[in-house]
Amino acid sequence: MNFYILTLIIDWYPMAKITLKDLSHSYLKQPNNDSDWALKGVNIDWKDGGAYALLGPSGCGKTTLLNIISGLLKPTKGEILFDNKDVTSLNPVDRDIAQIFQFPVIYDTMTVYDNLAFPLKNRGLSKTEIDSKVKEIAEMLELTSTLNNKAAGLTADGKQKISLGRGLVRSDVNVIMFDEPLTVIDPHLKWVLRSKLKELHQKINRTMIYVTHDQIEALTFADQVVVMHEGQIVQTGTPVELFEKPKHTFVGHFIGSPGMNILPCEIKNGQINFEGKLLPNNISIEKTNFSKTEVGIRPEFIKFSNDGIKVKIKRVSDTGRHKVIDTECNSGSIKILANASDEIPSDSAHITFDQKYTYAYGDNWIIE
Amino acid sequence: MSLELKNVEKKVGIETHIYSTNLKLEKNTINVLLGSTLSGKTTLMQIMAGLDKPTSGEIWFNDENVTGKEVQKRNCSMVYQQFINYPNFTVFENIASPLKIIGVKPDEIKQRVGKVAELLKLSAMLNKKPDELSGGQQQRTALARALVKDSDLILLDEPLANLDFKLREELREELPKLFEDRDCVVVYATTEPLDALMIGGNTATLLEGNVIQYGKTLDVYKKPENLTSAKVFSDPPINVAEVSKRGEMFKLKDNNVQWKSNIKIKDGDYKIGIRPHNITTNKEGNNSVEIDGKVLISEISGSESLIHFTTGKLNWVSLSNGIQQKNIGENTKLFMNVNEFLYFDSNNRLVSNG
Repeated sequence: MNFYILTLIIDWYPMAKITLKDLSHSYLKQPNNDSDWALKGVNIDWKDGGAYALLGPSGCGKTTLLNIISGLLKPTKGEILFDNKDVTSLNPVDRDIAQIFQFPVIYDTMTVYDNLAFPLKNRGLSKTEIDSKVKEIAEMLELTSTLNNKAAGLTADGKQKISLGRGLVRSDVNVIMFDEPLTVIDPHLKWVLRSKLKELHQKINRTMIYVTHDQIEALTFADQVVVMHEGQIVQTGTPVELFEKPKHTFVGHFIGSPGMNILPCEIKNGQINFEGKLLPNNISIEKTNFSKTEVGIRPEFIKFSNDGIKVKIKRVSDTGRHKVIDTECNSGSIKILANASDEIPSDSAHITFDQKYTYAYGDNWIIE
Repeated sequence: MSLELKNVEKKVGIETHIYSTNLKLEKNTINVLLGSTLSGKTTLMQIMAGLDKPTSGEIWFNDENVTGKEVQKRNCSMVYQQFINYPNFTVFENIASPLKIIGVKPDEIKQRVGKVAELLKLSAMLNKKPDELSGGQQQRTALARALVKDSDLILLDEPLANLDFKLREELREELPKLFEDRDCVVVYATTEPLDALMIGGNTATLLEGNVIQYGKTLDVYKKPENLTSAKVFSDPPINVAEVSKRGEMFKLKDNNVQWKSNIKIKDGDYKIGIRPHNITTNKEGNNSVEIDGKVLISEISGSESLIHFTTGKLNWVSLSNGIQQKNIGENTKLFMNVNEFLYFDSNNRLVSNG
């Protein structure tokens, strides 16, 4: 794409900052207890032009949040602002949002060209304007050679590219939202569309929100990932932050494979007391009035050593690349990740945790 | 106890679904059938179960020729990708159903269901109906039903495919433990190489109705007999390139990259296969060679990074530990672990594994 078109797009596209303020939602008329709420006090500030992801398992509230942003659902409490303007009561059509769904939404009997042109025709753009925009989007999505074909004949990923194109072709949207857009794509082709989406964001620089339960999709696409669990945001961060310093035990468990080891511990004199040993801490823990305290350490950050915590080796799985070692101590089971070439002690062993990546959690939240 | 396929072939019309196959699966083993969709996994399983008859060839169970013996008369359980349970039965009744059919006494049913429910973490759900359960629990119920009767043969056809990532990880880890003390032959079909590696046991690689290789899982992975087997058993895809060898020097044909190796093969042209984790952003191992790449995309999972890149005319993928963010189009240096290269001759047969 030449520089001229690029500047044109940036000029044309109004961008919006999105603010969610104390959003809560219940599908019940009279919510009583905590579990009646699908969303519990969500606060987000999304800068314009950013690439964001909403990540969480089914039932975490991400679809509820998506529907509130697009205006399909009015929140029980709280407000939504686009560029500091309250849009909480605005209809979906007046919010100017482009949404791309799991399954391709296209007109089978129309050509690829007409499919892409459709949203623009509806908005009364001139023929020449439509033509240049359609061709530009087609070029980006590598659809140029199929523009005159009927959409019906395309493969699933071809069709989904058209859906993406229809979302991207409009110049009057505040935000583009993707709802699990790669579900129907063949696993071997997913990375191609992932790179396409990322490239598109870098080119057109508009606010994009990607909703998914798949960590690879979220972490690959977004600069900032919002992890949701049981109606709450448990952490917002970069992929590195989510991996290196999970702020909530759910993030530790959910991000990474295998997930973080999380085991009960005590807090003693500001230190983590685990299996009768005081672990060196990064900080001194002052607050102790939790109903539950745990220690979290990722399998990548545990080493075998001459002394330390005593464990029993239960099982070693050699994946050709890593060895995943299941061990057990009095407090529960601990997973360790070692190189495939590493010698693994049999029966029993001692392990130590890398201090830099050892965290204490009080009632599931990191203590810092 | 063993299950043996002797020259089993399956044709449907003029199409061959299974080419002549010989396989001997021993008792107390888990055997993974690894291949993409339509590679013949399900057909093979149906033949093993007696749900389908081979066009030619024989199936032997222990010392008995069971070819043509109906599925009802064989002692066999099967679990499918879809969670199949009786919707009107409770979890208890679902698990108990195969025992009721064979007339086991109520006391014994209660005891056996209780035991298997505990193993599969279903003890608290026994009075619930399947639609009150999560997907993972529904599939656990189906697994429990397969385990509760002492089957000679347990067939699992992509049992984890419909579960989301974390549940899949959890159940995949538990599966081998479930079969540890059982006197039966277990067959597990999957499209995912990592499933096979995590489960261990034996693996048969399949492509288009052919069993390519069968052996201990790690042996098949580390010493694929040919390039096809290596490709089937690699996700992300194995990187392949043409190389020429002269003396101790090897050179990539599409690139200027060269390395030294003292493997004992004749001078000439070969293909190499490099698994993605043997190309990394940081130097690993003591014998690595640098390669320049242009980044197509860096895909991040929670704890590792897949970098797709081009180098010369090659389109390759690397897999590194940790989060390695790279920009699209960025030029980057990567390191290949020479000791782990697989070398194939012009007939795609393995001649050396590093």
